[in-house]
Amino acid sequence: MRISRLGTGVIALAAATALVLTGCSAGGTAAGNSNIISANGSEPQNPLIPTNTNETGGGKIIDSVFAGLVYYDAVGAPVNEVAKAITTTDNTTYKIELNDGWKFTNGEKVTAQSFVDAWQYGALLSNAQLNSYFFDVIEGFSYDVDQPLTGLTVQDDLNFTVKLTSAQSDFPLRLGYTAFFPLPKVAYDDIAAFGENPIGNGPYKLAEAGAWKHNVDINLIANSEYTGGRKPVNGGVKFVFYASLDAAYADLVSENLDVLDAIPDSAMKSYAADLGDRAVNQPAAIFQSFTIGENLPHFSGAEGQLRRQALSLAINRDEITNVIFDGTRTPARDFTSPVIDGWSGSLDGSDVLDFNATKSKELWAQANAIAPWTGSFQIAYNADGGHQPWVDAVTNSIKNTLGIEASGAPFPTFKELRTLITNRTVTTAFRTGWQADYPALANFLEPLYQTKAGANDGDYSNPAVDALFLKGNEATSLADANKAFQDAQVIMLKDLPAVPLWYANVNGGSSTLVSDVVFGWNSVPLYYSIMKK
Amino acid sequence: MFGYILRRLLQAIPVFFGTTFLIYFMVFAMPGDPVVALFGQHGVNEAVAAQLRAQYHLDQPFIIQYFIYIGGIFRGDFGVSFSGQPVSEILLSTFPVTLRLATIALFLEMVLGITIGLISGLRKGKLFDSSTLVVSLILISLPIFVIAFVAQLVIGINLGWVRPTVSGTAPWNELILPGIVLATVSVAYIIRLTRESVIETRGQDFVRTAYSKGLTSGRIVRVHILRNSLIPVVTFLAVDFGVLMVGATVTEGIFNIPGVGRTLYQAIIRGEGPTVVSFVTVMVIIYLVVNLLTDLLYAALDPRIRYGK
Repeated sequence: MRISRLGTGVIALAAATALVLTGCSAGGTAAGNSNIISANGSEPQNPLIPTNTNETGGGKIIDSVFAGLVYYDAVGAPVNEVAKAITTTDNTTYKIELNDGWKFTNGEKVTAQSFVDAWQYGALLSNAQLNSYFFDVIEGFSYDVDQPLTGLTVQDDLNFTVKLTSAQSDFPLRLGYTAFFPLPKVAYDDIAAFGENPIGNGPYKLAEAGAWKHNVDINLIANSEYTGGRKPVNGGVKFVFYASLDAAYADLVSENLDVLDAIPDSAMKSYAADLGDRAVNQPAAIFQSFTIGENLPHFSGAEGQLRRQALSLAINRDEITNVIFDGTRTPARDFTSPVIDGWSGSLDGSDVLDFNATKSKELWAQANAIAPWTGSFQIAYNADGGHQPWVDAVTNSIKNTLGIEASGAPFPTFKELRTLITNRTVTTAFRTGWQADYPALANFLEPLYQTKAGANDGDYSNPAVDALFLKGNEATSLADANKAFQDAQVIMLKDLPAVPLWYANVNGGSSTLVSDVVFGWNSVPLYYSIMKK
Repeated sequence: MFGYILRRLLQAIPVFFGTTFLIYFMVFAMPGDPVVALFGQHGVNEAVAAQLRAQYHLDQPFIIQYFIYIGGIFRGDFGVSFSGQPVSEILLSTFPVTLRLATIALFLEMVLGITIGLISGLRKGKLFDSSTLVVSLILISLPIFVIAFVAQLVIGINLGWVRPTVSGTAPWNELILPGIVLATVSVAYIIRLTRESVIETRGQDFVRTAYSKGLTSGRIVRVHILRNSLIPVVTFLAVDFGVLMVGATVTEGIFNIPGVGRTLYQAIIRGEGPTVVSFVTVMVIIYLVVNLLTDLLYAALDPRIRYGK
């Protein structure tokens, strides 16, 4: 039995391999209905509960599975969905009337109570929902103790009122955001199980229990009982979760993926040629900037204002957006986004966003006369988000114009940078970006620059700006509201709490197997209108 | 033999505790607060953040967190990811995928590496040998992501022979291309290892004795040269199997394979302690088992090696 020794060796090695083979693969699922489109997604960070989903991976799915009071059309205008009418006389008390006949996919009727209960759940402190702050304008909301929202009153199955703590002219605009979706009663029995297999009233529903295959994909099919304005023209959507955009792009060009809503850096130069008229490049509701904290040495008071303006004037935005981003960013003209109603590219003082080396040096010299500049100027960024090229370009632009030391300060992860910023222990300027939750000027401004607002990372505070925000909220017409928010920005263009850089474009594309691909105001394709050929 | 295996298994216990403790500490010591990151661009709602910290025991001191976690493992509870999925489910869905990938890669490495290495060693200095050396040098110096991207572009996209990425269930046939990519670098090492080892063994006295006894050259190569040359190769293969089970992050990312490397990388980025530590724990167990089997394999290959009494 000499030979068999080698034989046993091979068998043992094979056994080493087989020993850890537990379970084996899940059975292959058939591609099924060919009328189903595939789109890129990413593993939702949280269970699929509307009030706990604040990122796009889960947001795309929630928006497809649920229908709220309103939805946003391609340009971001709100269209009534479950709501029949939303009315107010003072921007503080809103009367909401629902359409009759809406049902969840488990057969339960969608009533005023479905909304009110869901909002109560989302707002309650001990439920620890990430979107709870969306309800903080409703009477009874508390960040400190468990208490119900007293501002919600149900009249009957189809009517309820919402009482806010202050005037909010854009409240109806917010109602299309995921946080305001209704929930069926079964959700509260076991919210964790519901988050795995959500039951909604939207244009799509989960193909079956367990349709969410973690880290792999989720299968949605059209909800035949849906009666709103987002009636799907396809049979369903399969969201495939990609770890890298490169892999997603490879699938798109080989026709294994129908719709892609982002383009990897490696294909930025070639995707327009690769995809032809199937390529998409349009402005998005994403604003990018760097923020200089109010307490940073040399950046407060009159000296600070001069230095902020000098830095802004020292950045050649046109060149950077063309060279670094191949024209897939649009140089900023304000603090919001061109896709939002009320945006203006010619606010007073927006010339501070133009490249002007002479004026930049002049203002920097004036600031030096107040107090001489020391140290170096740095912009902190997270190295896991592909920010290095533009940070280097911006700091180089500053260095070359002003002749001061300027560089990027990388932190390994988003998590680490956010922790430093949240704890106010960051000692440099830092990159900031904002993607709107709902299409309103206010959403780009109040959370970021109102005194003590949640995302006011730089601790900016200007009573004149706060007053204009208030005026905008109390305005009874959208035009008046927009005017107030524009006026506030005129002041901010002098103060520059954050230095506006550019608006991100949405870059994407589709395969030859689908048509009618339209991207919405929030850079997410309108999946329901995509036709499978 | 049995006593030896028992001893080795007992030795594995402190290794298990030591590694899980170290890894847990490292995840704990990573800068940044994962709960803060969950809020993204929005300001942190402190009350909600406190609730979440309590839910994931992040508000406890390190040592208590560790014991809560270890206690859970012994009850079969590996914790829960931020998206609400039990980590044990993630383990069960990802390890088989990576195992299939590793098996394909390892199989290719063994067959190609040992065969080519053996022929090279037997024909030292001939054309086949020299060209093998050049090709293996090229393979060793190419970073794996270059090979992966080129393979994906040429075979997956331009030629369209296979899908450029792997679909959700990661069936065997779709894993062949990533498996080949994974195997390339190791194949080159195994060729060189086998070749060196074969050349050395050929010069040994027992080989010359075998020749002078008049054994057929086929039998000499199979039984005397190859078997005695395999010990360093088997050691390398065992280590490589461990590496393949844990280290295919780059390849899994490029081909979008829902395996261990990709999942672990995302868990590290998100700071999901339970997921990271559970993965590493399973990896440690795999390493220990593979190492034990390798040592037993030595005895099978070389009769002079004996374990126990």
